[in-house]
Amino acid sequence: MSYTLPKILEKRGLPGLLILAFVILVFVPLTMDVDGINLTGRFLSFAFVAVGLSLAWGYGGMLSLGQGLFFGIGGYAMAMYLKLEASTPEATRIQSTPGIPDFMDWNQITALPWFWVPFNSLTFTVLAILILPALVAALIGFALFTRRVTGVFFAIITQALVTIATILVIGQQGYTGGVNGITDLRTLKGWDIHSDSALVTLYYVNGVLLLAVIALGMWVLSTKYGRILMATRDQENRIRFSGYNVAYFKVFIFALSAFMSGIGGAMFTLQVGFMSPSIIGIIPSIEFVIFAAVGGRLSLLGAVYGTLLVTYARNLFAEAYPELWLFLIGGIFIAVVMFAPYGLAGLYEKYVKRRWNAFLASRGWKRPNGSDDDALKSQLMDAKPASEASK
Amino acid sequence: MAIAAMQGFAGLSFFSVLLLMALGLAIIFGQMRVINMAHGEFMVIGAYTTYMLSVQASAMAPWASEYYILLAIPAAFLTAFIAGMVIEVVMIRHLYHRPLDTLLATWGLALIMQQGFRTFFGAREVSPSTPSWLEGSWRPTDMIDIPLNGMAIMLLTLLVTLGVVWLMYRSRWGLRVRATMASRDMSMAVGINTRWVDRLTFALGCGLAGIAGAAFTMISSTGPTSGTLYIVDTFLVVVFGGAGSITGTVVSAFLIAQGQSILEFFLGSSMAKVTTLLVIIGILMLRPEGLFKSKVRR
Repeated sequence: MSYTLPKILEKRGLPGLLILAFVILVFVPLTMDVDGINLTGRFLSFAFVAVGLSLAWGYGGMLSLGQGLFFGIGGYAMAMYLKLEASTPEATRIQSTPGIPDFMDWNQITALPWFWVPFNSLTFTVLAILILPALVAALIGFALFTRRVTGVFFAIITQALVTIATILVIGQQGYTGGVNGITDLRTLKGWDIHSDSALVTLYYVNGVLLLAVIALGMWVLSTKYGRILMATRDQENRIRFSGYNVAYFKVFIFALSAFMSGIGGAMFTLQVGFMSPSIIGIIPSIEFVIFAAVGGRLSLLGAVYGTLLVTYARNLFAEAYPELWLFLIGGIFIAVVMFAPYGLAGLYEKYVKRRWNAFLASRGWKRPNGSDDDALKSQLMDAKPASEASK
Repeated sequence: MAIAAMQGFAGLSFFSVLLLMALGLAIIFGQMRVINMAHGEFMVIGAYTTYMLSVQASAMAPWASEYYILLAIPAAFLTAFIAGMVIEVVMIRHLYHRPLDTLLATWGLALIMQQGFRTFFGAREVSPSTPSWLEGSWRPTDMIDIPLNGMAIMLLTLLVTLGVVWLMYRSRWGLRVRATMASRDMSMAVGINTRWVDRLTFALGCGLAGIAGAAFTMISSTGPTSGTLYIVDTFLVVVFGGAGSITGTVVSAFLIAQGQSILEFFLGSSMAKVTTLLVIIGILMLRPEGLFKSKVRR
């Protein structure tokens, strides 16, 4: 089973990836103004988390209700760097201690705390964004998976972890900016991140990174490792008895999903210009799961569309009809879970793709069931989701 | 000494509400493996029922406003019980074979219920009038001041806990519940109507949350999102105690509530909460099955 990368992508949905690339890199910039592009960019920064969740939850069976933690680490790391750049002694000379972020001054802190110091360096910040979320996830995962904490218990513990993080951030106001978060971020190495050209550039960077992350996820799934991961989700003990150390496989995929979330967090901060605990708490963390569920938990591309659909719907409804919005999102969520467990991607596979293939077959252009892979996939989509209970 | 006693008592009131919430969840989650994220909202249903009764009582029969709370507790139980039964029929019973999905679906339900509360009762927090015989406090010495409503809640909690233990472990019905959860097929084979067992068990758990809501109104005011504040704590209580063990739930609710209120005295409320949660997670990593391991093999 050795494939070259292009071959894998072809087998695992290169057309889909190209369509998404077209939507993100061509369609959106052509049809929207700068505000719209920036808004889409923000929403797409959430898609990083949804893609990570699709890997960890859809393929790995680990429902994490704590992805906000990793999104937050990435976002806060970026925000700390930008805040330090904005807090030059000249810009903050009215403070009693010039040269430290304004919220520290308000909280009677007179020197930069030690863990803020390294964030003066952009290199360190970028490394922190790339490594720290994955590292934290690996530690959590290692502690939990080697003790065989699974399913529901894992979900509840990750939720408790994100609760802890939020309480800490809000409680330690002087070090973190508290409930308001880290605000007034203006420049990156002297480059004004609020100018129109910067917003468009950041949007493209965000889009390319997202596509890269999806390609990475597809590649991981196409390897032997991906097969073992899925097998673990369905029959953990059988894989364990086959001689694999299941825990390490799960730690890796959990860390990978955290890595993706961290990048998303950093891109969010850059495009919005602030970071606050309201974006990483329990409720946002569950919303990430909603994005992945609506898109289809088994589809990395679907996760992106799910994110865009839900966030745009919220943008449209939440302002016009705030009362209806919670009814609507709650109802959608129940409906998706009960009637379309594989989300948009599942509906597409079931109704659109099958008819399309039948149509092609009726013209004699294609074999009735498409490739073997398609047949396997549509079988999967028909089946009820595997029971997660260890009975 | 006096401060320690009062701080300890503050912990006990918190313990009572936490335990009332957790008992319902211990049945729904511990026995049935349904992750009910809307459990807090069922508590709020109970709280709003109590509030409505209080308003009705003072409007229609002023003399009754002293005693409405005695009626409110069964009424809160009943409304939450019926709501729970409806939800079970419409939603939960389709999801028994995929526990993680119950988490997601009930989260959607929680959002809808919250907005429902907001639409019907308004976003403002409400609190029913406290009967005069629950106001005031008991003062064994000059230094110690123990509020009466806290003692009433503790008494209620004690009665409810004993009732649940009797129902689950001493009654015929409890036997059927435990049999169904241990082996569904076998229970069906011996003639237990497992569908009704599921329905009643879920409704009972929700009803207990309703009682928690009635108790909650005595110590705090109720808003549409009051339920979400408790849901993480409640789940941790059940998981920490060992899912499926009532003793475990009582012990862990006690440890968590007392630990938190003692730490609060030294560290302040946010650090106390962080420390408690970290300790719980730490212990859960060492003992993933919780304090009291369920003897049932799954």
